[in-house]
Amino acid sequence: MFGKLTLEAIPFHVPIVMVTLAVIALGGIALVGAITYFKKWSYLWTEWLTSVDHKKIGVMYVVVAMVMLIRGFADAIMMRSQLALAANGGEGYLPPEHYDQIFTAHGVIMIIFMAMPFFTGLMNLALPLQIGARDVAFPFLNSLSFWLLVSGVVLINLSLGVGEFARTGWVAYPPLSELGYSPGVGVDYYIWALQLSGIGTTLTGVNFLVTVLKMRTPGMKLMEMPIFTWTCTWANILIVASFPILTATLALLTVDRYLDFHIFTNELGGNPMMYVNLFWAWGHPEVYILVLPAFGVFSEVISTFSGKRLFGHVSMILASGCIAVLGFMVWLHHFFTMGSGASVNSFFGLATMLIAIPTGAKLFNWLFTIYQGRLRFTVPVLWTLGFMVTFAIGGMTGVLLAIPGADFVLHNSLFVVAHFHNVIIGGAVFGYIAGFGFWFPKAFGFTLNEKWGKRAFWFWLTGFYVAFMPLYALGFMGMTRRLNHSDNPDWTPYLYVAFFGAVLILCGIASQLIQLYVSIRDRDQNRDVTGDPWNGHTLEWQTSSPPPFYNFATLPKADELDAFLEAKRNGTAYNFPAKYSPIHMPNNTASGLVISAFLTVFGFAMIWHIFWLAAVGLIGAVGYFVIHAARDDQGYMVPAEEVARIEGERQQILAKANVAGVSKAPAHALEQV
Amino acid sequence: MSKKRYPRLFGILPFFGMLFLGGCKWTLLDPKGPIGLDERNLIITATLLMLLVVIPVIVMTALFAWKYRATNKAAKYTPDWNHSGKVEAGIWAVPLVLLIVLGTITYKSTHALDPYRPIESEVKPITIQVVALDWKWLFIYPDQGIATVNKIVFPANTPVNFRITSDSVMNSFFIPGLGGQIYAMAGMTTQLHFLASQPHEFDGISANYSGEGFTGMKFKAVATTQQDFDAWVSEVKKAPKQLDTAEYAALAKPSEKNPVELYSTYAPNLFQTIVDKYEGMKPGHVAHEGKEVAGMEGMDMGSHSAAGAEE
Repeated sequence: MFGKLTLEAIPFHVPIVMVTLAVIALGGIALVGAITYFKKWSYLWTEWLTSVDHKKIGVMYVVVAMVMLIRGFADAIMMRSQLALAANGGEGYLPPEHYDQIFTAHGVIMIIFMAMPFFTGLMNLALPLQIGARDVAFPFLNSLSFWLLVSGVVLINLSLGVGEFARTGWVAYPPLSELGYSPGVGVDYYIWALQLSGIGTTLTGVNFLVTVLKMRTPGMKLMEMPIFTWTCTWANILIVASFPILTATLALLTVDRYLDFHIFTNELGGNPMMYVNLFWAWGHPEVYILVLPAFGVFSEVISTFSGKRLFGHVSMILASGCIAVLGFMVWLHHFFTMGSGASVNSFFGLATMLIAIPTGAKLFNWLFTIYQGRLRFTVPVLWTLGFMVTFAIGGMTGVLLAIPGADFVLHNSLFVVAHFHNVIIGGAVFGYIAGFGFWFPKAFGFTLNEKWGKRAFWFWLTGFYVAFMPLYALGFMGMTRRLNHSDNPDWTPYLYVAFFGAVLILCGIASQLIQLYVSIRDRDQNRDVTGDPWNGHTLEWQTSSPPPFYNFATLPKADELDAFLEAKRNGTAYNFPAKYSPIHMPNNTASGLVISAFLTVFGFAMIWHIFWLAAVGLIGAVGYFVIHAARDDQGYMVPAEEVARIEGERQQILAKANVAGVSKAPAHALEQV
Repeated sequence: MSKKRYPRLFGILPFFGMLFLGGCKWTLLDPKGPIGLDERNLIITATLLMLLVVIPVIVMTALFAWKYRATNKAAKYTPDWNHSGKVEAGIWAVPLVLLIVLGTITYKSTHALDPYRPIESEVKPITIQVVALDWKWLFIYPDQGIATVNKIVFPANTPVNFRITSDSVMNSFFIPGLGGQIYAMAGMTTQLHFLASQPHEFDGISANYSGEGFTGMKFKAVATTQQDFDAWVSEVKKAPKQLDTAEYAALAKPSEKNPVELYSTYAPNLFQTIVDKYEGMKPGHVAHEGKEVAGMEGMDMGSHSAAGAEE
């Protein structure tokens, strides 16, 4: 009846897990209680959960990313404290069967459930606005993508309390991840959590590619799209090309585990090394999917706050494209040590190094954007400068690892761990946090507190260096990754320092949370009245903060690069037309949420081999999708009077704020209301 | 607050530079054999080359950010300057030139340091066969007819040819003090060639996570004089334990933190038998065809180049 699921699946005997579960349960009850007490359920349901508005979906993505950042960081600090306690031959407090789950969960969560939704959230929020669109090409699909991610999040968090998570490392290499060596449900949680959210990511990629191709405002040429939109587009191309590889690879592992196939087993003609190749054929492009949009954020931030146009816009687009294309040709550098021979290794080593050329060009482009500018040291700028320094170092260690002769001694060591944290924290995460501060006023209508933002930055930056520089050193001392304890006294001081670095990062995260609290408390003093708090260059700053649900009452003109900057100079930025047309908008729908809920049930049932329930979940999801597709929903029209009313209010606010170039209100437009 | 930032950013550099200065206890920077030495020199050369670009970038970031701060109204301001053919050519050329130099070094060193390349020496090499098990290392000396667990002894200044496989999940065979590592994979034979230039006791590890007992999967690699090695071999030959098929089956079962074991003999053709267990891994071979392939050479990944990764 319940497959492999019994009461024993709940780890009552592990106090750490039970305390965590209790805290989560209490927090959950408090949250549900608060929503009920303030009677916010219907608001939450109609305004957020069933919304197809890209801005709201973007905010929900970022909320998920931040919650998972905290979860992933909890794993991180547990690992660092375990290794600090278990130095000099001690056993620490986490036995291998628990510790191995933690480092696996940390990797999966940080990549798939923190970085991916953070990037997707920022893209959702800013990209349609940057190209002057009213929504994405497929609003329902966008909602479905988000809820598929939530399915994955639910499954990976369920593994904490029901059963176990994979103990294989986040790469889940077979044969270790095959039934023979991992008979538990951990790898199945891994498979289904990644599978569901991965499908959501593929749909996002398709959706946003169509959006930039078909939904650009009149006059905007492809090469004149803002740089963030461009880097996201390259990332979406990578998603569409690489995520199907992950889907297929996981499917092959699934038939191995469920149907006794032998594709990746040692025995009966299977070849585990095939998985290693396929995994990285997805995994390496994935790294660029994470970092390219962050590059876009840095470009926007540095040009806006330098009060200068981005240096080498075309150069930047091409460099991002080179990175995206080359990113597909380098996967073997993750396993030079497989013994492929010198010719193969040198090909992949050289291909990897080639990526340093466009990346180096980008760094110089940012430098020359600052050059002869007027740089304002806001929080997003601090993250950008911190990135430029940190990423230069991370890039260097990356090229070092690309030299096969060097990689033979550094492979799988803590040097590698330090390197990819150097580029993923110093590159991607710094970029996301910069973008968070940059577009926060656009999403919510008030700016973030600068003081706490700066504190967060300095804690993160110093914390990063204190936590990861010792790992570079430990790599040179011969310490390999994923060790549970150590008995080399030379390593001990470095492990202590690294733990202290993690504590500093904890202070950074705490500062971010305080920053949010303080900013919300003081929101009335920090209102972004004009919709253009930073003197921006691109179209997202032309509309109000937060934008009306239809984004733009009349589609903005974009005849050249930095369209909003041009419009401000020409005095056409705030022209209000005499008459408005009705606007066609999509209806909200719960379909994405319901389909994903069914698929979550399906995933959970598959994990525990409850096949009748899996059938219910799958049939429910497909059936509900058919019902959704079959209904006749043409969206609705926003009446011109409603548009005129909203725009009239905006016009008055702008006039009151004495914004230059606000056209005189055509009186009859207001009187219509 | 901007004033405070620069000392702190610069503070990173000596910290990072420390990596290359304080190398005394740092195994990889103080190797005891020619391969490790070449690999260390390669790392240092490449790092110094890259620092030629990385340090200027870091310095320029600090200088530009400071000079062109918004409050410095004396600095030149060109809000629309966003393109310059000369500057952009330079922007692409600097990393390109660096990468041409580094690429040449990479190509040459990759071939020179190919772990499959035997070490040139007048001394006759010795062969050690390595089997990764859950979670210990089995070593077979085919020429001496002995086997050990979690310990190898070999003469210094003699090339050692390792032939490596796994009878379980993938591991990576690594002696950091001697040089590079290579994966140990079931059904395949990989190779590693080393020479220790002085008697020394090395730590050996698995450098690829392989499950619960992974942390304890360590061994000692002892380079001795030729006399000490001969003495050790004859001692092992007197060891009471023999690694016959039954003993091997017991040994292959998962166990953690195994003590050193010495076997005076082992089952004939043991290494090849272990490789051949996973017959499906051989290119062009159909599984279940029969046992006549047992005499075939194990898949030599050197001669098949990328075949192992692709098949």
